[in-house]
Amino acid sequence: MTQRIVTDVAIVGGGIVGSSAALALRRKGLRVVLLERDLCGSRSSGVNYGGVRRQGRPISQLPLAQRAHGIWGRLPELIGTEGEYIRSGHFKIARSEADLAALEAYRDSAHDFDLGIDILSGARLRERCPWLGGKAVGGSLCMEDGQANPRLVSPAFALAAARAGADIHERTRVDEIAHDGQFFHLRAGNALQVKSQVLLNCAGAWASAIAEQFGDAVPMQSGHPAMAVTEPLPFFMHWSLGVEGGTVYCRQVARGNLVLGGGPGRALDADRARSDRASMAALATQAVELLPVLRDAHFIRTWSGTEGYLPDRQPVIGPSRTTSGLFHGFGFAGAGFQVGPAVGEVLAELVSDGRSTTPIDAFGIGRFAPASTAEPALAQ
Amino acid sequence: MSLGAAQPLLRRVAETQRAPVSFTLDGRPLQALEGDTVLTAVLTQSAQLRRNEFSGEPRAGFCLMGACQDCWIVTADGARLRACSTFIAPGMALLSEVPA
Amino acid sequence: MTRPVLQPVVVGAGPAGIRAAQTLAAHGLRPIVIDEAARAGGQIYRRPPAHFKRTPQRLYGTEAGRAIAVHAAIDDLQDRIDHRPDSLVWSAQDQQLDVLHGPTQTTRTVPYGQLIVATGATDRVLPVPGWTLPGVYTLGGAQVALKFQGCAIGSRVVFMGTGPLLYLVAYQYAKAGVKVAAVLDTARFVDQLAAVPAMLRQPAVFAKGVTYIAWLRAHGVALRSGARPVRILGEERVRSVVWAEGGREHTIDCDAVGFGYALRSETQLADLLGCRFAYAPMHRAHLPERDAAGRSSVPGVYLAGDGAGIMGADAAEWAGELTALTLLADHSVGVDTQRARVLQQKLEKLSGFRAGLERAFPFPEDWAAQAPDELVVCRCENVTAGELRRAVADSGADEMNRLKALTRVGMGRCQGRMCGVAAAEILAHATGQPVQQVGRFRGQAPIKPIPIHLLRPADEEVAA
Repeated sequence: MTQRIVTDVAIVGGGIVGSSAALALRRKGLRVVLLERDLCGSRSSGVNYGGVRRQGRPISQLPLAQRAHGIWGRLPELIGTEGEYIRSGHFKIARSEADLAALEAYRDSAHDFDLGIDILSGARLRERCPWLGGKAVGGSLCMEDGQANPRLVSPAFALAAARAGADIHERTRVDEIAHDGQFFHLRAGNALQVKSQVLLNCAGAWASAIAEQFGDAVPMQSGHPAMAVTEPLPFFMHWSLGVEGGTVYCRQVARGNLVLGGGPGRALDADRARSDRASMAALATQAVELLPVLRDAHFIRTWSGTEGYLPDRQPVIGPSRTTSGLFHGFGFAGAGFQVGPAVGEVLAELVSDGRSTTPIDAFGIGRFAPASTAEPALAQ
Repeated sequence: MSLGAAQPLLRRVAETQRAPVSFTLDGRPLQALEGDTVLTAVLTQSAQLRRNEFSGEPRAGFCLMGACQDCWIVTADGARLRACSTFIAPGMALLSEVPA
Repeated sequence: MTRPVLQPVVVGAGPAGIRAAQTLAAHGLRPIVIDEAARAGGQIYRRPPAHFKRTPQRLYGTEAGRAIAVHAAIDDLQDRIDHRPDSLVWSAQDQQLDVLHGPTQTTRTVPYGQLIVATGATDRVLPVPGWTLPGVYTLGGAQVALKFQGCAIGSRVVFMGTGPLLYLVAYQYAKAGVKVAAVLDTARFVDQLAAVPAMLRQPAVFAKGVTYIAWLRAHGVALRSGARPVRILGEERVRSVVWAEGGREHTIDCDAVGFGYALRSETQLADLLGCRFAYAPMHRAHLPERDAAGRSSVPGVYLAGDGAGIMGADAAEWAGELTALTLLADHSVGVDTQRARVLQQKLEKLSGFRAGLERAFPFPEDWAAQAPDELVVCRCENVTAGELRRAVADSGADEMNRLKALTRVGMGRCQGRMCGVAAAEILAHATGQPVQQVGRFRGQAPIKPIPIHLLRPADEEVAA
């Protein structure tokens, strides 16, 4: 028995981008059907590091990140939960004077955005971070940046969208999308057909197939950040840490576990990924160097996820090059969690108003040569 | 909280003729027998190995075969041992609670 | 004629691993045998430290003969195998195992051509309020205390749950002179009677079980059937157990509790190796698939013994030998195919007995319905049944990994070993699904917690 639905907007992908778009569209009174292959918020949106960070982003992303910052501050009102979000501070460590200079340069270039960046070094550093290992010479502190629990936040966006009237279908893989010149026709198995004038491609690391189908091919590759978590340790570190020019990042959750990431994991198949021996070795080395207290701690679990990376590590956000009514929001290169809720609102604005109040020109799909063929979606 | 008065959990019923091994628990000098695991060494003298981080309640192991991971105990120099699968060694300085 | 490269590694030195190693060695190979314990033997035939004095008869009772044989087998093999005790396999990648050696606190990778995974089992746990109190142990744990350390878990012990191990451990304790305050079996006597015909397929095993029960009764130990644990009481340690029979509650004073509901397989390595899993209704668990000859779904990976489905120690020995013969035959080594057939038949014949055991000691299907909201299900993370149910109600979660993501159940150090069965039962009950449908926790490395400083490449380590 095939269910046939006619709606205003069909969304493929129930990660934080697709789910927040669904919510935002509902708040504008549009009908929405969201099709998610697995469970909403179960992929990168649900297994990422959990950093909610503006500092360090390309300047072109800062308007989007600032908009998201405002949304994060209203999370309980918007999605009914805080998702363990706290503005704990984000500290990006410099291991050399050159790195410190780079952080200072970034602070200066981001001046207009009032991130409140404070550069620490020398005695001030040692005073505030007694737990920091010897190699750090300083760092860039953004006190209003922070962290959250992606496992709670991302599904909560989908739940909020559903409560607001979005028709969300989980465990529903889109097998076919057709366009008749006016409407999109999506088919999921024999059970469901959806017809809409607008299609949002929020399919994360798997969005390039849809893009390519509509002549919007992009050279996106899959990446798999290697992640690990420790047992609960006595709480000592409020800030989420990153390293300038380094690959390790880590944070301590309120319950005491440290979540760490850095280096590449590996794909098991097109859909699943796992951490990797060499990456864990590198992560362990950097982790102990950064936080000597970790010497006696254990990894109790490792994991990875699948993220979409474009060559310039900037996402694609905005209308299709070729097809009216098709909008893309994907390719966040491992940095989609913080901006995700703003991207959702932007996509909703593009649909309902034809434009967004947030500058997104830098993320246009037009920056890729029209004839470019998508490179294999899986990193070898 | 005082451990001194706590009745031990484990009772020796066999194999009592073994060489003594000196160790400390929360600074108190104690003796175990050679071949005791850390768990046996501690719980033949007291009723706790650690406290659960979230309930704050005492724990004394559960499966005794390295599966439940509930018997991790901390040493004075910050190392962590799985008590049921680590043999007591002379001079081990064990703590029944993790220092903050 | 060229022979294919045979580089077998056996993981686990219980009865299955030992017989597998013995069989491989008998065909001229020198397998690496990696075992977590200091001395080989597994759990049921666990050996105390070498200088302990009790005889096998005192340690293993009716199983002494089998224990001696299994120990002799591995001891005789020492110069023909590469036996690596005190070694934990914590991951596998690119045809190499990641191994942590406890005493030296070093890690290394061990390459393999073929693997026999014989990782055994632990107790299957269904929590009861108060189960995290000091003095409460699994049945297997109570047995380890006695066998491996010459200790009783208390001086007045209640044993409860169900399964043949319940009576065996109670018997061992009583024989060791420990006061057994009661043996409380959730199984009803009527179930056990009905199961007799099936259990008579293994008359010797059946007779042993009857012997334990008869002995306990003859020695005045209170045995109760249809006895449901309600709660364990105590402040900081066990003081008493409340249990229910029919509609009535009873309280019994004690200073220790051993409980469990038969066994659950340790499948983490098979999972990391990519073995396909399937739900096995008799075991009420998702287990790595293995064919009648011991092959997993991954070429070159074989599964023997309790680690891929509970079969008991005798069957584990047969399975160890059989999977080794299968491995050899699969790699063009001549084997005694008649012997392989005999072993396969013995294993097949066992399934009727196993079904009988399940009938005699059934899984308490009403456990989830009876579990109160305040019951701690995940003892690592302190997550209660009520929190699980609330997450289901609030979010519609109907699958184990989603439940875990939302509530943290299974996220602690034990990674779901102690809470996984209970969490699945509660989730199934809360969502009105058969337990098969809620799935299982996704497996990831490390198989057990691994010290971070040992993961660093050797040349990076600072001398301690």
